[in-house]
Amino acid sequence: MIYQENGQLKISYRADQQIFPILQDRWAVLAILALAFAGIPMLADEYLFRAILIPFLILSLAAIGVNILVGYCGQISMGSGAFMAVGAYMAYNAYVRIDAMPLIGALLVGGASATLVGMFFGIPSLRVKGLYLAVATLAAQFFCDWAFLRIGWFTNNSSSGSVSVSNLDVLGWTVSSPLEKYLFCLSFVVVFALIAKNLVRSAIGREWMAIRDMDVAATVIGIRPMYAKLSAFAVSSFIVGVAGALWGFVHLGAWEPSAFSIDRSFQLLFMVIIGGMGSIMGSFFGAAFIVVLPIVLSQLVPALGALVGLSISTAAVSHIEAMVFGALIVWFLIVEPHGLAKLWSTGKQKLRVWPFPH
Amino acid sequence: MAEAPGKRTHWDFNWRSANGFKGGTMAFFLETLLGGLMAGMLYSLVALGFVLIFKASGVFNFAQGAMVLFAALAMARFAEWAPAWFGFESKFLANLIAFALAAALMFVLAWLIERLVLRHLVNQEAATLLMATLGITYFIDGLGQTIFGSDIYRIDVGMPKDPAFVLESVFEGGVLVNLEDVYAACLAALLVALLSLFFQKTVTGRALRAVADDHQAAQSIGIPLNGIWVVVWCVAGIVALVAGIIWGSKLGVQFSLTTVALRALPVIILGGLTSVPGAIIGGLIIGVGEKLSEVYLGPYIGGGIEIWFAYALALVFLLFRPQGLFGEKIIDRV
Repeated sequence: MIYQENGQLKISYRADQQIFPILQDRWAVLAILALAFAGIPMLADEYLFRAILIPFLILSLAAIGVNILVGYCGQISMGSGAFMAVGAYMAYNAYVRIDAMPLIGALLVGGASATLVGMFFGIPSLRVKGLYLAVATLAAQFFCDWAFLRIGWFTNNSSSGSVSVSNLDVLGWTVSSPLEKYLFCLSFVVVFALIAKNLVRSAIGREWMAIRDMDVAATVIGIRPMYAKLSAFAVSSFIVGVAGALWGFVHLGAWEPSAFSIDRSFQLLFMVIIGGMGSIMGSFFGAAFIVVLPIVLSQLVPALGALVGLSISTAAVSHIEAMVFGALIVWFLIVEPHGLAKLWSTGKQKLRVWPFPH
Repeated sequence: MAEAPGKRTHWDFNWRSANGFKGGTMAFFLETLLGGLMAGMLYSLVALGFVLIFKASGVFNFAQGAMVLFAALAMARFAEWAPAWFGFESKFLANLIAFALAAALMFVLAWLIERLVLRHLVNQEAATLLMATLGITYFIDGLGQTIFGSDIYRIDVGMPKDPAFVLESVFEGGVLVNLEDVYAACLAALLVALLSLFFQKTVTGRALRAVADDHQAAQSIGIPLNGIWVVVWCVAGIVALVAGIIWGSKLGVQFSLTTVALRALPVIILGGLTSVPGAIIGGLIIGVGEKLSEVYLGPYIGGGIEIWFAYALALVFLLFRPQGLFGEKIIDRV
């Protein structure tokens, strides 16, 4: 009864095809946007921006990218960390080497470079499928780890591959305080989420999903697998690359290749699976879960230890955190293998029929 | 490799050329080849654990590396503690008891994983199962280091550490062979032989093969699936234990041991996810490829290429045979 779409008649194709066809959804999205742009800046403090909100936003963006590849096109990729690294380092190069390069231009160059690299490493997907492909994408991860550590050109010949960026400047607006960084990332995320949402419900998005559901059948009905798979790799790695550039420029400021190690790839994959494969909304849920969980655990474990009168060493705390994290992931996969997005849609259905059982 | 002398590993023979080695290129090539074969044998040992589990349950077990570390930690620490617990001195006895205890621990772990995780995830998508084993990886890593500590420990099962020179009559200076590697490779070969006997000749082994062929058909003739999975994870646990002992006594038992799993991944996709002989042959190809590339290609494009070169090599093979060298042919039906 609460979430009731009865009576909302569509009288034109335009109205029928719009991005949020249900009135309540449109209001909800507007409310979330208002909260994100106006409410949170008034409420949150500096720690919240730095430790939770900015990482959450950037990783949501990356998760959207990975979700397009893994969730919509069905190509499991364990090399997303590498595409983030490509985005970050190439954006750095564009920013440092080219005079008067605007910040947004540099970030987009990072995304474009990641696109090229992603398409190159996506070529095996035309021949290799499933878990074989998943392992093969690790080649991208290890190659990029190696390249940014060993090839001096990428890092302006800095030792150990660490680089730093300062003076983030967008059309005269200097992005320096956590609040400004938050708003900057938020604008990127909103724009890209909108693009992604529109892409996945367009013709190309339906091609991706057809390939995911069964690629032979998709080929039979006239979908070109090469075009569909490579475009998924391209779009996905563009978004992931921009997210990587943001992660380096805005969140870290100074970084080295280990910021984009294989653990980052796994983290992104966790976000997609826990958030829900094939759901843009789910990417946000997954990113929130994975960003917040370790922070909660690192606060909770010593507190619990103190409660029972144990003082736990920092090493032990990190090990116990790893255990709890792993156990929670497994538990979560058992309870809801389709991710948080599925819980969300179940909840919507419940609201729709409430107070009746069916 | 010249810029990182501290990183020299046991099977890295490159240093001899830098130290005025005069044995000639043929002998040097042979040395590299042998070193690669030995290293490859060790990779296949880890790869074997992956293949066993994937064959029987369709689970791509990312936790194999964590299991290797866990088993090695258990082995190292029990060998340290056993003399104090039972009041004896003998090192052999300590190792024996440690092995038995570590094996028992792996059994318990296998049973728990089947009971608490796999049973609840039957028929889920491959990606979900993969992520579940990643979760298990975190858990086992944390558990092992919480119980056994996170320093570097030693496993001493009496493997010889000295290098030996063979074929001295053919080449000046002979060909250097690491005796430790030879022992390890023999052990690995023995384990593989035992496993194939187990699979071919015992009733349990036959049941395992039946499950691997077709879950439903196996179940319909009364083979208990859950029991079989426990057995497979146990066998994989024992394989992890042997791999952990060998790798641990070579490199020391420490967290970085888990990365051998990442080294073994190209081996299994090269050999085929479902093939035991594939794991062996794949291991040998990857081992040799890594060493040759590091020695002959490394100087031109920079050191440290072996980790990604292994993946690139596996990919080249996959482009010709997408299911790996010995994997079952993938047939797509609409």
